[in-house]
Amino acid sequence: MKRKYDKAFENVIRLQVMSILMANERFDFNGFKEMMEVSDGNLSTHLRTLEKLEYIAVEKSFVGRKPQTNYWATTKGRLAFQEHLNYLENLIKEHKS
Amino acid sequence: MENPEKALSEIRLMMERSSRFLSLSGISGILAGLYALIGAGLLYFWLQEISLESGHSTQGLIWRVMILAIVVLVLAVGTAGWMSRRRSRKNSLKFWAPASRKFMRALFLPVISGGVFALALVHVNQYNLIAAVTLIFYGLGLVSASHFTMNEIKHLGIGQLIIGLLAAFFPSFGLLLWALGFGVLHIVYGGLMYYRYER
Repeated sequence: MKRKYDKAFENVIRLQVMSILMANERFDFNGFKEMMEVSDGNLSTHLRTLEKLEYIAVEKSFVGRKPQTNYWATTKGRLAFQEHLNYLENLIKEHKS
Repeated sequence: MENPEKALSEIRLMMERSSRFLSLSGISGILAGLYALIGAGLLYFWLQEISLESGHSTQGLIWRVMILAIVVLVLAVGTAGWMSRRRSRKNSLKFWAPASRKFMRALFLPVISGGVFALALVHVNQYNLIAAVTLIFYGLGLVSASHFTMNEIKHLGIGQLIIGLLAAFFPSFGLLLWALGFGVLHIVYGGLMYYRYER
């Protein structure tokens, strides 16, 4: 198994977004804003980066009249995140030995 | 995120905070148990009074009991909300967050159904299963809400469920079992949660 550093998770906001989507089936844009200290623009930029990598998928809908943007992690994204976790764990192990 | 330990702890924190509501206050559980015990005691006293004055109408009692039930419920939910809000503020977490909304939805759907079911029982003059119904629906609500908070809540829910099923088989012990579930079990679990997470 290759254990390389995934640049997608270098940024702390993208790391947080992906962590949230690993623990929750779906999460909406405002939910992310409630969880993290981030501006709208900054959050959208990072979400778009993850979307382009096909790590997350997005669906826009309406709840009543309010637009809602839901995100979830794709299989590709979940595998990439798992890889990244393995990489981090390995790094810690190497440091200890 | 250069430092792997820091990255891992950030990941863990985000996963936990986004999926679980961890500000539930143990002390408010103890207080809810006390309100329930006082309410059950008061009802027991009223029932004694009625059986002494035979021929007295029970219609007045039913209204008194419903008002008592609403007061106990509002006090318990209000205390839990207020104290949990204070705890989240103290830990600089948002009280109204995706995880707490999921927790409340999971809890209140069965609880409100159970409450309406209990009202229906009052409506058809079937009082002996009310204790069982409120305990069972509350237990189911706790079990479903436990996916979004501390795991102990699941055990509390299963406890309420078992006591509720017992109350269904032995309705003459309904009030006693209700006091055991909503009163004693809340105090025990509230104390346990306080001991584990809030000291």
